[in-house]
Amino acid sequence: MSETIIEVENISKQYRIGNIGSGSLRNDLQRWWSMLRGKGDPFEKVGDENNRTITGGSEYVWALKDINFTVKRGEVVGIIGANGAGKSTLLKILAQITGPSTGKIKVNGRIASLLEVGTGFHPELTGRENVMLNGAILGMSKQEIRSKFDEIVEFSGCQRYIDTPVKRYSSGMRVRLAFAIAAHLEPEILIIDEVLAVGDKDFQQKAIGKMKDVTDNEGRTVLFVSHNMSSIKNLCTRGIVLENGNITLDGDVNEVIEKYLSLGSLSSKYQPVCTFPEDNNMEMQVRKLVLRDVEKGPRLMYSRQSQIQLDIEFDINKPGRDYYALVIVKDISGNQIYNTADDDTNQSQLVGLAQGKYQYSLNLYSASFKPGHYFTTVSFTSRAIKGAIDKKEDVFMFDIVDVDSYRGMKNKYRPMAVIAPEIEWKLNKLPVKTQHDD
Amino acid sequence: MQITNFMNKTSHSFEISPKKHLLYINFREYWRYRDLLFLLVKRDFVAAYKQTVLGPLWFFIQPIISSIIYSVVFNRVAKISTNEVPPYLFYLGSLTMWSFFSACFTSSSNLFTGGAALFGKVYFPRLIVPLAAIINNMIRFGMQFLLFIATYLYYMYYSTSNVALDISIYILLLPVLIILVSGIGLGLGIIVSSLTTKYRDLTNLVGFGIQLLLYASPVIYPVSQIPEDIPYLKEILALNPLTSILESFRLAFFETGSTMHWGGLLYTFVFMVVVFIIGLIAFNRTEKNFIDTV
Repeated sequence: MSETIIEVENISKQYRIGNIGSGSLRNDLQRWWSMLRGKGDPFEKVGDENNRTITGGSEYVWALKDINFTVKRGEVVGIIGANGAGKSTLLKILAQITGPSTGKIKVNGRIASLLEVGTGFHPELTGRENVMLNGAILGMSKQEIRSKFDEIVEFSGCQRYIDTPVKRYSSGMRVRLAFAIAAHLEPEILIIDEVLAVGDKDFQQKAIGKMKDVTDNEGRTVLFVSHNMSSIKNLCTRGIVLENGNITLDGDVNEVIEKYLSLGSLSSKYQPVCTFPEDNNMEMQVRKLVLRDVEKGPRLMYSRQSQIQLDIEFDINKPGRDYYALVIVKDISGNQIYNTADDDTNQSQLVGLAQGKYQYSLNLYSASFKPGHYFTTVSFTSRAIKGAIDKKEDVFMFDIVDVDSYRGMKNKYRPMAVIAPEIEWKLNKLPVKTQHDD
Repeated sequence: MQITNFMNKTSHSFEISPKKHLLYINFREYWRYRDLLFLLVKRDFVAAYKQTVLGPLWFFIQPIISSIIYSVVFNRVAKISTNEVPPYLFYLGSLTMWSFFSACFTSSSNLFTGGAALFGKVYFPRLIVPLAAIINNMIRFGMQFLLFIATYLYYMYYSTSNVALDISIYILLLPVLIILVSGIGLGLGIIVSSLTTKYRDLTNLVGFGIQLLLYASPVIYPVSQIPEDIPYLKEILALNPLTSILESFRLAFFETGSTMHWGGLLYTFVFMVVVFIIGLIAFNRTEKNFIDTV
């Protein structure tokens, strides 16, 4: 069973950023000229690492740089990484949608890719016609589709509408039908890009079940990209972490996820420990900030069960003022989830404090947070002045990730909800009423 | 160990690499996707007339009305002679051939930009799309050609005036003409399509270029009507590969007074081969990475 089915060798992908316009013609001419003289592509030598936060000098970036790995038959590989890490580029190259800039991939089997459900659905055609067409686009033969047609329709639950044009379908129905077709593909290698998060609850359960069937029983090789750690943990046996176009972790899925969470984003500008140089001119000053998991130590990624502790080390240089401290937690769109000050309930403990070094420790409330990115701001000020004395704005970006829950597996965080508390549903069986009780 | 494992290749093993041989066509792959080709043909055919009352009748309405207008404008008003041939029949024939070419060209020239949404999500051999379009155009051409034949027979048997209708042996050339037209349309279309992935200027050119080409081809006039006193005009017209196609087509049905010009047809054939090879090279250079620039 350990036959190699995909072998990726030194795959790199270069993208040109900015506008493609008159400049591209000049570069093309330069390229041709240099190729004609047998000098090779001059632009293959330039290019920055793909990191959005740094302004690079070059117009070219490497979305992937020298990627090497092999996949064995029957492996289910989850590809993990932040936005822009190169996951989708890698899938696109494997799916033959775009070519690599250098390197090669040997593939030993039929590949079907599912980067989107319902690709090529024609709104004017009926469900029946679209099943045939979409199946053929995904690489099935007419015969294959015919033999599975009834199964597909039954799986989708759209029997009644199968002869209605797809343009009259609800978006949910369209997705169900599309996924049903995809789920009945039988290639040796399946490439999936986060398409499980579709449809309603029942259908999602069906979809996950089907996916597990496919991977567990049929021994299909699957490459799966998702932001959703729990579905990766559930479906995959092996994890690959991509960061800025490089593979940083590769191995057993549970170990990889655990490591990924503890390291956070390696190249991120955010670090779980921040120190600040001493400045005696300031009345008071933040010197060190640490964000930690109470059990596992400093980190920027937390599961929903983690206790997040914030340590604030600070110096008081000029005593006698009525200082107070404030911590703000914001979500990715900048909405304040909450703020907390040390004088919320009592007088601030900083009032009347002597010169010296101190530390505040507080537990950040995060139990009901939806998975996502959150920012932390720490600020010291005094009632006597306007504004802050020392303010560390958005000093941490931490991630809440749902690794374990059933809810996370099905990505049931409804986007409209602000928080996602875990609430216990208690079911009581009521006694059957008889006529006499009335 | 991995290398030895690769030795037992299945029929589906392949390699993904940055570049492709410039004249490469993977026939096996196209054969594997033949069902898709026919489903696409069916889709285009069915979808075009869904929710219309007249349905496929639209195939006929367009050439009928165009030919009437052309007869009035070019023959009656502009006084362009169609020799002894009834103007309506002349235009119906010429336009059937011309619109076949123009449809083949426009649908192929739209390959990469038009298909980007689909091509960006799933892989299948890309040329399936223009091939399906060309088969579709052939069906449409076939139906319009039947209309032409019906009209032709009507003129032959019921028209009272003395008309120059005579089916000649050259009608056997018809399949060759169809292949020449679709080959040139596909080749030119793919060249344009490959260039438009980077330089959108060409999309502007295609629309009005095809209109100008209509006048630069003997569609609304026979070559015999070209005045001799304008120097080189006939020679320039002969450079247009469509000239010999349109003339041969009319020669098969009408007594135009001109004779078969084999040299012109040979020129057109060479033109098609060259355009097709350039088109294939352009396609193979563009196919892999066009989705990044389109």
